[in-house]
Amino acid sequence: MAELIIQAEDLYKNYGEVAALRGVSFAVEQGEVFGLLGPNGAGKTTTVEILEGMRTPDRGIARVCGIDPEKSGSRFKEMIGAVLQSTSLPDKIRVKEAIELFAKFYSSRANTDDLLKRFQLEEKRDAFYSQLSGGQKQRLALAMALVNNPQVIFLDEPTAGLDPQVRREIYDIIEELKSEKKTVLLTTHYIEEAERLCDRVAIIDYGRVIKTGTPRELKHTSAGTTRIEVRLARPVSDGILAHLDGVADCREFDGTYVVHSTRAPQTIVALVKQLETDNNELQSLEMFSPSLEDVFIELTGRRLRD
Amino acid sequence: MASNPIGNTLTLTKIRVRLAMRNRTFLFFSLIMPLGFLFFFVTIFSKNDPVWTAYILGAILTMTVMGSFWGLSVQLVMFREAGILRRFRLAPLGAGPMLASSILANYILVIPSVVIEILVTKFVLHMQGWGNLWAIFLLVTIGSATFSSFGLIVASVTNTMQETQVINQVIWTAFLFLSGATVPLARFPHWIQGASLFMPATYLATGLENAATNLATNGEIITDLIALTIGVLVAFEISRQLFRWEPEAKLPGSAKLWVVVAMIPFVAFGTYENVKGDRLTRIRQDFQMMNRTATAVPPSKSH
Ligand SMILES: Nc1ncnc2c1ncn2[C@@H]1O[C@H](COP(=O)(O)OP(=O)(O)OP(=O)(O)O)[C@@H](O)[C@H]1O
Ligand SMILES: [Mg+2]
Repeated sequence: MAELIIQAEDLYKNYGEVAALRGVSFAVEQGEVFGLLGPNGAGKTTTVEILEGMRTPDRGIARVCGIDPEKSGSRFKEMIGAVLQSTSLPDKIRVKEAIELFAKFYSSRANTDDLLKRFQLEEKRDAFYSQLSGGQKQRLALAMALVNNPQVIFLDEPTAGLDPQVRREIYDIIEELKSEKKTVLLTTHYIEEAERLCDRVAIIDYGRVIKTGTPRELKHTSAGTTRIEVRLARPVSDGILAHLDGVADCREFDGTYVVHSTRAPQTIVALVKQLETDNNELQSLEMFSPSLEDVFIELTGRRLRD
Repeated sequence: MASNPIGNTLTLTKIRVRLAMRNRTFLFFSLIMPLGFLFFFVTIFSKNDPVWTAYILGAILTMTVMGSFWGLSVQLVMFREAGILRRFRLAPLGAGPMLASSILANYILVIPSVVIEILVTKFVLHMQGWGNLWAIFLLVTIGSATFSSFGLIVASVTNTMQETQVINQVIWTAFLFLSGATVPLARFPHWIQGASLFMPATYLATGLENAATNLATNGEIITDLIALTIGVLVAFEISRQLFRWEPEAKLPGSAKLWVVVAMIPFVAFGTYENVKGDRLTRIRQDFQMMNRTATAVPPSKSH
């Protein structure tokens, strides 16, 4: 078995009354891209920041390369790189300055020009931080996470709020890190991000890991089911749809019925017949092949994003 | 492998000086405004008396140096609130370099203002002599560090920028008006004069005024320097203990009592000077003498 780089064992964390973590456990091996997938407030940031040494758990064990991040000294910080979810830089700092500034704090330093090139920030090298777009800021944050050639990289929602094209650019960068055998812990609430990038994923909800595995393994949990999402002119009770041919389960979210079916064609025919009988009308129908979203719905009864 | 606090301090100092130079408001308050005051005060109050001109230079230098109380120390609160500090926290960097860079950068930014103020007073406003330049240099250096560290304490005991502004404003007003930096100390009732000896600003103001007018002995200036140096050390250590990187890390109200601890050296000096009494006597005598000798040049005591 490969060396364990990141270990979280039974982490608990309360903020006053809020129980943010209620026993989070997982382990990441050397060279793995590991995803924490979960909805807003699930506890992803809390978990990652405990591992970065930025927060103290109430209970449980956190280890990165065998080091306790909480008691970490500069040796630990030299090894890790991170993109924080909520952070900023001074408005009037220039892109190149920011990279060079942070590089100076480390004994191992990546070449600034290489980073600028790799993150397509060359034309923006002299721009002030305040003049950057969201995507550019995020690319700068990624570049800064790599200034010390870290072995372990934490990325907290690196693509949140970015448009799909910028998001794909960032995916390419993360895939490069993967090919360089870096260990990456990444949080996201985008299904496709977890599926595309991660070797393994932990699904996290209400401060607990509810399932861990490769995206393929996880999807096997909902093996063979197709997700059908329908909107109807008039509401029906869930029960009616749940009894249609081939339906494994059916849930309603804000007027959309999400039906998991093992035999999609039969289910659709049955659905149309049922609607005719009820004098109801189909407003829209979409079909999806099984994804982590379905795993999440099955495990929690909720969607990842509402 | 180990991180290098001195190297990191210098790195941070460099970038913070650069950032400040890009900030027009900062330049206005640190350079333009004191010069404006200098011309204003000299025109209105100096009565063409070179001693008074030198005295006013001392007061303006005091204001300039005390400006370090606001400058980059308060910026740390802004950095903390904006989540900028937490990004620095990820790097192998302690609180020490972050705080020390506030002091050092403030100092580097104060120097040009001080030099310009002295040159303008000398050549445009026709000050006679140069005052005690060594004493001025030392007082500016230590004074800037002292007031930066007081700013750091306020920054570390307050939880929001708003709180910082309010507390700073109150302390600043006291510093400005009760230290002799604006109204000569000798004009105040005796009890205020006595009370002012408990304020760090007074040591800077009387020190710089004496250095500029050349009315003080080296021994007196050394007392001022000692008071200010102890102030820096205590204030720096307190702010290092209370330093917070995270915007949501709040301090309990009781922690504000640390400000009181920072004042202890000055309480000690204030008590000492009040009991001894000759500093105030001197301040009053010099003031009377300056008023009497309308245009005469005072004898230099320090050489
Ligand atoms: N500093 C804090 N003070 C108080 N409550 C907090 C704090 N940080 C997080 N929480 C709460 O803890 C829970 C978990 O938050 P956390 O930020 O870890 O979730 P997350 O999975 O990263 O969410 P998101 O996807 O929105 O980033 C939330 O209910 C949040 O409101
Ligand atoms: Mg988060």
